[in-house]
Amino acid sequence: MKHATRRTVGLALTALTGLCAFVIVAVLAFILANILEGGAAGVTWTFLTQPPSDGMMGGGIFPAIFGTAALTLLMTVAVMPVGVLTAVYLHEYAPPNSLFARWVRVAIVNLAGVPSIVFGLFGLGFFILFVGRGMDRMLGHEEMYWAQPGILWASLTLAVLTLPVVIVSTEEALRAVPLDHRTASLALGATQSQTLARVVLPGALPGILTGAVLAISRGAGEVAPILFTGAAYFLPDLPTHLNSQFMHLGYHTYVMATQSPDVEATRPLLYATVLVLLMLTFALNLVAVIIRTRTRRKAASAH
Amino acid sequence: MDRQATMEQGLTQTAFAPALSPTARRRQLREKAIAGFITLMAFTGIAALILIIVFVAKEALALFTDPAARHEASLSKMFLAQDVPPGRPPFRWQPVSRVPKVSMIPLFVGTLKTTVVSMFVAVPLGVFGALFAAEFAPRRLRELLKPVIELLAGIPSVVLGFFALMVMSTVVKDLFHFDRPLNAMVAGLGLALAIVPVIFTVSEDALTAVPRSYREASLALGATPWETAWKVVLPAAAPGILAACVLGFGRAIGETMIVLMASGNADVISWSLGDSARSLSATIAAEMGEVVVGSPHYSLLFFIGVQLFVFTFVLNLLASTWTKRVVRKLTGGAA
Repeated sequence: MKHATRRTVGLALTALTGLCAFVIVAVLAFILANILEGGAAGVTWTFLTQPPSDGMMGGGIFPAIFGTAALTLLMTVAVMPVGVLTAVYLHEYAPPNSLFARWVRVAIVNLAGVPSIVFGLFGLGFFILFVGRGMDRMLGHEEMYWAQPGILWASLTLAVLTLPVVIVSTEEALRAVPLDHRTASLALGATQSQTLARVVLPGALPGILTGAVLAISRGAGEVAPILFTGAAYFLPDLPTHLNSQFMHLGYHTYVMATQSPDVEATRPLLYATVLVLLMLTFALNLVAVIIRTRTRRKAASAH
Repeated sequence: MDRQATMEQGLTQTAFAPALSPTARRRQLREKAIAGFITLMAFTGIAALILIIVFVAKEALALFTDPAARHEASLSKMFLAQDVPPGRPPFRWQPVSRVPKVSMIPLFVGTLKTTVVSMFVAVPLGVFGALFAAEFAPRRLRELLKPVIELLAGIPSVVLGFFALMVMSTVVKDLFHFDRPLNAMVAGLGLALAIVPVIFTVSEDALTAVPRSYREASLALGATPWETAWKVVLPAAAPGILAACVLGFGRAIGETMIVLMASGNADVISWSLGDSARSLSATIAAEMGEVVVGSPHYSLLFFIGVQLFVFTFVLNLLASTWTKRVVRKLTGGAA
């Protein structure tokens, strides 16, 4: 083939790859535009602050927002210490070529690939039926108290699900702390744990926060793991105890979209709910991206 | 870290080890305790993985130990054709009917159908998109493209399911003249939205890992940019791209909410994309809410969970092996 023909064919195929990238972006833009258009009018102050009314045909979604926030808060409290310390072990404490560290890494990679519905089964089988029943027996509850779906079990299930997210981002953050800082601290007579607490962790803080934000964003959007570990479609009261069931934005969306008797009537409310959920996860992702770029820029200028 | 370890080793080897003061000894003890605690915490990941498989399998175990459950849902009833009156389908999933029918074949077919549709759409889009980002896009455009696609990955699957159900279903129905709005095609396209970012990101990483010298050598030999990308860079990154596809496949098999909302969930066996499909994951999600704890049906749903766990576990292991291979190949065995 002549060089000129090869060039033209190449350019055409290059344009094809560009088209593929464009299609992905266009679909994303279309989804966002569609949800924004359908939901923007419905997101009002009353919608955000009132409970549902008229058999879900009116009112707002405040209990679902509250439930989602409470759930992710509990999840964050549970996942952060474990995730951060695991990353600290992998990056700071593990001896080089440690077999244990390699097994931990393999486990984390595989944990990230477990389907979310299997996490739901795990939450039911382990937390509710095993731990919950055991606690009821030990604490002498006559009726089921812990052995039923509740916000604590749902949040712990989500904590296990988001563990890999936290570990991966924290390790990346630890990697960005220069080795000099550690050796300087050790040379001044600080012990390893003092170095960790006063030099390494503060230096890695932005990256750790990124991990937390990403975990929250992931946890707030997952529905499959909470289907049978605590989410409820409608509750008159907000969750007050660790074993209360709760309303959830994603679960609310799912039930309204699939089990509503009159889809046309609930459509505006449904779109508004989806918009709130989407804005919540996007805002969190955006925060993570901003922290990350700022840290990277700082790290780049420090070297 | 390891520098400190060698220092300590050096101390113990000297003939005149200075006696440690009580404060120093206490400090050393505390350091050991903290290191022990952190190591213990690192065990959580392994423990979680083991607990998941143990407790999901434990609830499924009754299918093999309990005589009543074994009668109602034996392995042959799950996987082999059943004797039925002529005209009735030999494979059915109706675990709550008067005579429970527990064939998993319709669920496998449904999962496969939706997954294959999603792969047919997502693999070309993701891989070619990654090729564009890694090889042809100007730097500015690439730096814009990557976070935008990460944004797509950040959309919760229930929102994608909602979008497939409310918007895509009508479009697809009109476009292909399907009888019903919820079918394998809609669910597959919805799944494609969820796995495109996975395939794109992992492929892009594999492509950018190819050293610049490969490209320069190819261009210097007179190849056009496209020939360089297609015949040099892409083959060099091939294991990584395969890993991307396998990861996407695993994600599609396990994804629940999109299929649950958009596939119609009927247990029919057909290869038509216009028919409704019921997947393994959606079956668990749809039926676990109403099931009696401890019943054969309950154990069956956990058994489906075990199968999903095993499939995705194997796919993940394959993907990570291939990713490691591409790194080893490109760094000449240094890593």
